[in-house]
Amino acid sequence: MTNAWTDIKNTDLVIVMGGNAAEAHPCGFKWVTEAKHHRGARLIVVDPRFNRTASVADVYAPIRPGSDIAFLMGVIRYCIENDKVQWEYVKNYTNASYLVRDDFGWADGLFNGYDEEKRDYDRTAWEYQLNEDGTVKADPTLADPRCVWNLLKEHVAAYTPDFVENLCGTPKERYLKICEMIAATSARDKVMTSLYALGWTQHSKGAQNIRGMAMLQLILGNVGLPGGGVNALRGHSNIQGLTDIGLLSNSLPGYMNLATEKEPDYATYMSTRGNKPLVPGQTSYWQNTPKFMVSFLKAMWGSAATKENDWGFEWLPKLDVPYYDILRMFDMMSRGEVNLYFCQGFNPLLSFPNRAKLTEGLSKLKLLVTIDPLKTETAHFWENHGIYNDVDSSKIMTEVLQLPATCFAEDEGATVNSGRWLQWHWPGATPPGEAKHDTWIMANIFLRVRELYRKEGGVCPEPILNLAWDYKDPTEPEPAELAQEMNGRALQTLYDPTDPTKVLVEAGKLLPNFAVMRDDGSTMSGCWIYAGSWTEDGNMMARRDNSDPGDIGTFLNWTFAWPANRRILYNRASCDLSGKPWDESRKLIEWNGEKWAGFDVPDIAVTAKPETVMPFIMTPEGTGRLFARRLMRDGPFPTHMEPFESPVENPFNAKLRGNPVARIFPEDVEQLGTSADYPCVATSYRLTEHFHYWTKHNRVNAVLQPEFFVEISEELAAERGIVKGGRVRVWNKRGEVWAKAVVTKRIRPLICGGKPVHVVGIPLHWGFMGAARKGFGPNSLTPFVGDANIDTPEFKAFLVNIEPAAEEASS
Amino acid sequence: MSERAPEPVTAAANPPIQPLPSNLLASDVIRASATAELPAPERQLTQVAKLIDVSKCIGCKACQSACIEWNDTHPDVEENVGVYENPHDLTPDMFTLMRFTEYENPKTNELEWLIRKDGCMHCADPGCLKACPAPGAIVQYSNGIVDFISDNCIGCGYCVTGCPFNIPRVSKTAHVSKKCTLCSDRVAVGQGPACAKACPTKAISFGTKESMIELAEERVEDLKSRGYDNAGLYDPQGVGGTHVMYVLHHADQPSLYAGLPDDPQISPVVRGWKGPAKTVGLAVAGLAAAGALLHGLFARANEVTPHDDEEAENLVDGAGHRGREA
Amino acid sequence: MNIDLSRRSFLKLAGAGAAATSLGAMGFGVAEAATAAHVRAFKLATTTETRNVCTYCSVACGILMFSKGDLAAGEKAELIHIEGDADHPTNRGTLCPKGAALKDFVKSETRATKPRRRAPGSDRWEDISWEDAFDKIARALKDDRDANFIEKNATGVTVNRWTTTGFLAASGGTNETGWLTYKTVRAMGMVGFDNQARV
Repeated sequence: MTNAWTDIKNTDLVIVMGGNAAEAHPCGFKWVTEAKHHRGARLIVVDPRFNRTASVADVYAPIRPGSDIAFLMGVIRYCIENDKVQWEYVKNYTNASYLVRDDFGWADGLFNGYDEEKRDYDRTAWEYQLNEDGTVKADPTLADPRCVWNLLKEHVAAYTPDFVENLCGTPKERYLKICEMIAATSARDKVMTSLYALGWTQHSKGAQNIRGMAMLQLILGNVGLPGGGVNALRGHSNIQGLTDIGLLSNSLPGYMNLATEKEPDYATYMSTRGNKPLVPGQTSYWQNTPKFMVSFLKAMWGSAATKENDWGFEWLPKLDVPYYDILRMFDMMSRGEVNLYFCQGFNPLLSFPNRAKLTEGLSKLKLLVTIDPLKTETAHFWENHGIYNDVDSSKIMTEVLQLPATCFAEDEGATVNSGRWLQWHWPGATPPGEAKHDTWIMANIFLRVRELYRKEGGVCPEPILNLAWDYKDPTEPEPAELAQEMNGRALQTLYDPTDPTKVLVEAGKLLPNFAVMRDDGSTMSGCWIYAGSWTEDGNMMARRDNSDPGDIGTFLNWTFAWPANRRILYNRASCDLSGKPWDESRKLIEWNGEKWAGFDVPDIAVTAKPETVMPFIMTPEGTGRLFARRLMRDGPFPTHMEPFESPVENPFNAKLRGNPVARIFPEDVEQLGTSADYPCVATSYRLTEHFHYWTKHNRVNAVLQPEFFVEISEELAAERGIVKGGRVRVWNKRGEVWAKAVVTKRIRPLICGGKPVHVVGIPLHWGFMGAARKGFGPNSLTPFVGDANIDTPEFKAFLVNIEPAAEEASS
Repeated sequence: MSERAPEPVTAAANPPIQPLPSNLLASDVIRASATAELPAPERQLTQVAKLIDVSKCIGCKACQSACIEWNDTHPDVEENVGVYENPHDLTPDMFTLMRFTEYENPKTNELEWLIRKDGCMHCADPGCLKACPAPGAIVQYSNGIVDFISDNCIGCGYCVTGCPFNIPRVSKTAHVSKKCTLCSDRVAVGQGPACAKACPTKAISFGTKESMIELAEERVEDLKSRGYDNAGLYDPQGVGGTHVMYVLHHADQPSLYAGLPDDPQISPVVRGWKGPAKTVGLAVAGLAAAGALLHGLFARANEVTPHDDEEAENLVDGAGHRGREA
Repeated sequence: MNIDLSRRSFLKLAGAGAAATSLGAMGFGVAEAATAAHVRAFKLATTTETRNVCTYCSVACGILMFSKGDLAAGEKAELIHIEGDADHPTNRGTLCPKGAALKDFVKSETRATKPRRRAPGSDRWEDISWEDAFDKIARALKDDRDANFIEKNATGVTVNRWTTTGFLAASGGTNETGWLTYKTVRAMGMVGFDNQARV
């Protein structure tokens, strides 16, 4: 989230699209009802189903799963056409005026440079025109036909209300009403917030869905403002934290990337990360990357990380492919290329697509280790549960170790909420049986491996033998020790660079913030963005002062928010060019003539002059990007692409299937179906009564939503002879499931291209373990393909067929 | 020596862990089932109410969850029968239930998903209490809470018949009637009900009845600004008003909301039995005391046998008590 | 149930009771019998309160856990109730249907409580000690790493990567757990490393 949950109260208009906030985040959604009640805010919901969020919306519009880009580009078109643009914002705070290379273009659903064989674009031309000094060429009058603004205008021209209605199935009148409501927030004193979640990410073009909204919010001038922003409502309690710390195949902590094979040494790696400003005078904060990187390497390998050995950079793995994401790992597994797999608090057998392929993969492992508070389906994948897990145990040669871990109630530490607040918690229950803390489990595994390398030697032992492990009790590092390690310390006394007599931080002391970090090995920090979370003043994450002086929902003394305790990102953009808030009644910070100050930590150097330093300090431009340059694999503008399985042809190019640059493995292409065999569009989702596959273990939540079901329209039910509460079979090439039928008015056939498209809704909470009735997940049916940029599986739009089934399901 | 816990004013408070003397005392009972005479209460507690704003409700069932946890009940894991309601009805272990109605508004042609939290309304004039023959099994406190006292309950089910909202449920195993207590144990230490505290969107509020009416007025105004011309407060006077009230978008048609009674009334038969209850009060009280005792000892089904039936008729008629007034 | 309760049936019960016994025999006065009414004892009295954060979604609601026994004082602590923390700026004491039932997640009957092993081809679990489990895991890691670790790629560039062992980390765990996992996994050179960010 750019903003915080508590900030939603400041909005005038909420759009929930690509998510179902009321259902998945009820207590955060409270701030929507708060804005409605006390600010008169309106709520728009755009979703294939009239869901629980829609039940309290002012306007609801249906949309065909997987057509969000067309909807959003159409709204942008509407805003441009009707001059509903926050011009001062767009001209100064976005790249609208920058000129783009002449060889960039788009035709027939594709950008220039497409290579069908490689399923990739040559992205060279997707770039600004640069001056000789490397700065960007711009036309502040927006007259130049090659400026971003004019290219955008051209790009969205196709997305007329009729086009949108025909493609998305959204009735035109309803669509125009929504356009009008959204466009009204281009006024300086009106703000819209966007709340989205996996309804946007879980598409083969998920990242482009989100870019579509980000662009719209920039055009309306709604980013950086209280009540505005682009807000990803994250799923798990600490998915934000684990992403921050970089527990992803290609990540390093603090949003740095693991090196590729082409960057085998530190100097080469840094050579492309200079981040020289493209516009003179801009912050381009990533220029500090070396400081964060060296501090991280010092946290990893302590005194063994030296300038001479590039701080141990060599010991980090180098990638030959963009990601070893979970789809790739399970694909490798299914081919016998993976031997050991660990699942710590993760139940992939129900979480990833094409369950048959997952079972096949797990069956080819030598050893599977689960570390979990619960007895998960993954740990039991080899156990026969009739139709719910129809396997032959005797043929599965995988050894499985199920290690019992503690849960939140029994451990201590911080989790990071969607608004980037690091909140500390304390244990209040004795772990059951022999359950142990994950830290104890990981430490014991590591210490034994290290011991084996010490005794036996082995391949590349240095990164293991040298790993910093200076904990009071090496078998169970304390949460406080680990938190301080992430915050960072001065390894030598740090002096003020402008006044060498002035001590900034004494040797051995915790760092007060990331601004004092160095690239000379004199500081260490496991995760630079967490600097300031545990300082010499104590554990900032444990703070509990809930006062809110500005009454604007920032709560600066409640726990700690990264970065630098800032609650709204890009908040300098909440003020006009001269530094005055766009809306006095919603003042967050302002320029007081000497510095920036207010109710949030300014997201800009506090003395940065308003007219010179632009708000988007992380980009080399200093501005927000309407045109994404070469940074997205599938285009600098979002363009409509159909899901890999769709009942509708891509209107721009009937030959295109799915996202033309998304990775798909050959065997998985074979398993794609067409609407001739599988005429219904299926989409998966969460229900408010459950959390993923956890709460089916809870007797209370099992009572509230006991049994697997699918939701269909009355029309589809009538067509197929399905009755309310009856049993149905849903299937495609990848698998089949049996479920109860919820027949509802809340799903209606969508008219797309003149034909009705039926939607089958498939909630995802059931399996074969726990207190609820045994059932299936949608992942028995979902395709094994992900987003082109980050490989998030396409769970939200795929094809199935459905029929009534015998009461007793047969295997 | 005013050591009593404070009266609750909101559900948004953290519970005490130090022992606090209850603020709901026997002397705060203003009515008790099958009991004609009660000593005059020493004080009048502030009237409390729970306000359920249907327009803010997202049907998440947090109220059900909080209710199960607070009251330590164990509803059965049922099946899906094609609807979102689970359990399928109120049960002796499920005191509150979200009821879902898909309504196509003929005026706007819009689909509305009307979701109502069902449960005890805590009527000012409680039909259950009037119908109950077991002395002290149902009591009403001066703050408006109508509570079932299980130790005194004989499980006959007359409260169900007496209730215009069809709320109480009799346990087949424990042979007692159960329903929402408005979390009297929480209210007794200054806390609001568990459901109201949990409710994520603050669709359920709790406070003095006066403040809840004010809040409702504010909400009705907002709803009218959104085109719900008939928005209003549901505080039905047919039962003397209630201590659980609703804000409805369509207050002109309460029955749209899963059959919420448009104009709930206590059955005339039950209402009428005020007279005989007085006259046989002593005897009836005796029954309950015995019933409770036997119940405790044997946990038998408290059913009225044909023999009892006959005897009762003889007793009442034969004793020449005057029937109720027409 | 029929709302039209008949007078006759209404009388049945009243009379039946009187026939069974009399008040005097029970030793109560009318008022006393009626006001034997009592509310349930407040179950959180004398419990220990601990502040925590909900483990489910990223709203991260503040919660209060109430237990019998004080863990911080070294006692065994049994959780008896969880509810929202009214002081928390985000949730203000509220909780969703998952959060409101957190206690029964902690006390779920399907919690894993002891290390178990399933042998290849077997259809059942067997108990294993922590020590033996760790030894097995360490041996397997060492052997697989030594056998399959890629120090240099085909062109001789040092890449130090290990692709035959993978690790999925817990997005419900703490930062501190995540960091220790990160250090361990990355130091070994694993690249098949992920969390629930995509699902």
